[in-house]
Amino acid sequence: MSERTIVTEYLARVEGEGGMRVRIDGDRVADVQLQIYEPPRFFEAFLRGRRFTEAPDITARICGICPVAYQMSSVAAMERICGVEVGGQLRALRRLLYCGEWIESHALHVFMLHAPDFLGYESAIELAQHDAALVARALELKKTGNRVMTVVGGREVHPINVRVGGWYRTPTKRELRELRDPLQRALEESLAAVRLTAGFDFPDYDRDYELVALREPGEYPIDAGRIVSSEGIDIDVSEYEQWFEEEHVPWSNALHSHVIGRGSYLCGPLARFALSFDRLSPVAREAAAEAGLTAAERNPFRSIVVRCVELVEACHEALRLIDAYEEPDAPAVEVEPRAGVGHGCTEAPRGILWHRYAIDGDGTILEAKIVPPTSQNQRAIEEDLRGVVERSLQVPDDRLALLCEQTIRNYDPCISCATHFLKLEVERS
Amino acid sequence: MKVIGVGNRWRRDDAVGLEVAARVRAAAPDGVEVLEREGEPVALLDAFDGADAVVLVDAVSSGAPPGTLHRLDAVASALPGELFRRSTHHLGVPEAVELGRALGRLPSAVVVIGVEGGSWDAGEALSPPVAAAVGAAVDAVLEEVARCTSTR
Repeated sequence: MSERTIVTEYLARVEGEGGMRVRIDGDRVADVQLQIYEPPRFFEAFLRGRRFTEAPDITARICGICPVAYQMSSVAAMERICGVEVGGQLRALRRLLYCGEWIESHALHVFMLHAPDFLGYESAIELAQHDAALVARALELKKTGNRVMTVVGGREVHPINVRVGGWYRTPTKRELRELRDPLQRALEESLAAVRLTAGFDFPDYDRDYELVALREPGEYPIDAGRIVSSEGIDIDVSEYEQWFEEEHVPWSNALHSHVIGRGSYLCGPLARFALSFDRLSPVAREAAAEAGLTAAERNPFRSIVVRCVELVEACHEALRLIDAYEEPDAPAVEVEPRAGVGHGCTEAPRGILWHRYAIDGDGTILEAKIVPPTSQNQRAIEEDLRGVVERSLQVPDDRLALLCEQTIRNYDPCISCATHFLKLEVERS
Repeated sequence: MKVIGVGNRWRRDDAVGLEVAARVRAAAPDGVEVLEREGEPVALLDAFDGADAVVLVDAVSSGAPPGTLHRLDAVASALPGELFRRSTHHLGVPEAVELGRALGRLPSAVVVIGVEGGSWDAGEALSPPVAAAVGAAVDAVLEEVARCTSTR
């Protein structure tokens, strides 16, 4: 077989930009490289010397799609350092805000970025030209997520109400009640999305991943929990660096993560779903069962269905939180800085987002480390690409390139968190 | 009538649309709403709602010298996607316009003032040639505003 090189100049429909290269030698995949740049490194430097209270607003700027995740991991870390616990309705509101982000992020990815792959359209625009009603409904769903973020966070993108210790302003019961009807419609729409995506044709591919996610008692993991894995890891977030390590690879600006002594792992919806299936609400669990999903699901292409189940969960959870809401006496608890090191980890829509900060007694940030989910998934993405290409060597280059892109999109990679430019190359020799 | 500045404040020249919008806000006549957006297409579509005419300002990358101004009529024909590749999220201004067209949500006039960027690194300051072009870009936007408001 002759040498094959497939080059896709630009990888579309992932959040942000990056690059990918696959080299095929005969009937063997010789090399797979995902190449991405990583702004968090810039932000880590930028945070040094700033006030500890500025971390949520600064890190929120890393990503326009998951700013809440950055805010939540950073406030969790700062509150741990300062020995403050944010509970009750103040915490419930954080969870509600996070539900809004999950809804808008998952709706964007499922319908605008990933569904066109399964429906045979080049883009969401082509999908809109053929099925405007479906796209209009998807946009409405996403908008409901944005509405939750506006009411709770004070702004649609980059919420401004979040602060270390709680909130600058908390919403009234009446403001939250106005979210009920749109969320109820969003819940119905999400259930329809599970049914729609469950009917897609999925490539026959699965792999025995080490799945990593947060897990906590009684709740589906969103804003808190211990870090657990399908291979038995069960640790406090402060122990992360004893189990996971980042390494530099020459072809990517984003560091690669792996489990020390083992290898790649997968975080995100599929991992959360498998490790906390028993924590899903009955409505989400029933929707999953109807879609044929179980906690044993390991086909990454089915992550689009899992994302829809999480849409159901996020809508249901948001409604539950709104119904139980009581206006808190104070929007925040007082936080006095104290010297120390602290960690925060929450479930961004695409997987665990881990932060570590060191601050001094005046509250000045001495050091910051941010590990976004997309860089944690990089190695698993590369291994999936290798696996998918190995099973599809007979596929012509242009279709193979599309299949590779679809494989990358299984992870909803947020390359604007993790990167800048993405180019896709498949090379055969 | 709306003016929408698009950009990312943390990506050097990508922020030029936001900078221009802020300056336009101070100079625009009454009745013109000035918005700043990051380029996420659904948020842009929502920003189109309720406007019969929109002027968008965004950084572009065509290979021209940084600071060069471009004027594009997005209603007459699709925006050239390759010009806007530098947007932080791949789905950006051209996709928002095409989605709007497909869904019947495009205002009757959509003009894009593109400012050629040169530096896309993480960071806050515009590069000197782009910073120097901000004044001319503001004038170009105000000219479009005057044209749109006079023909109504």
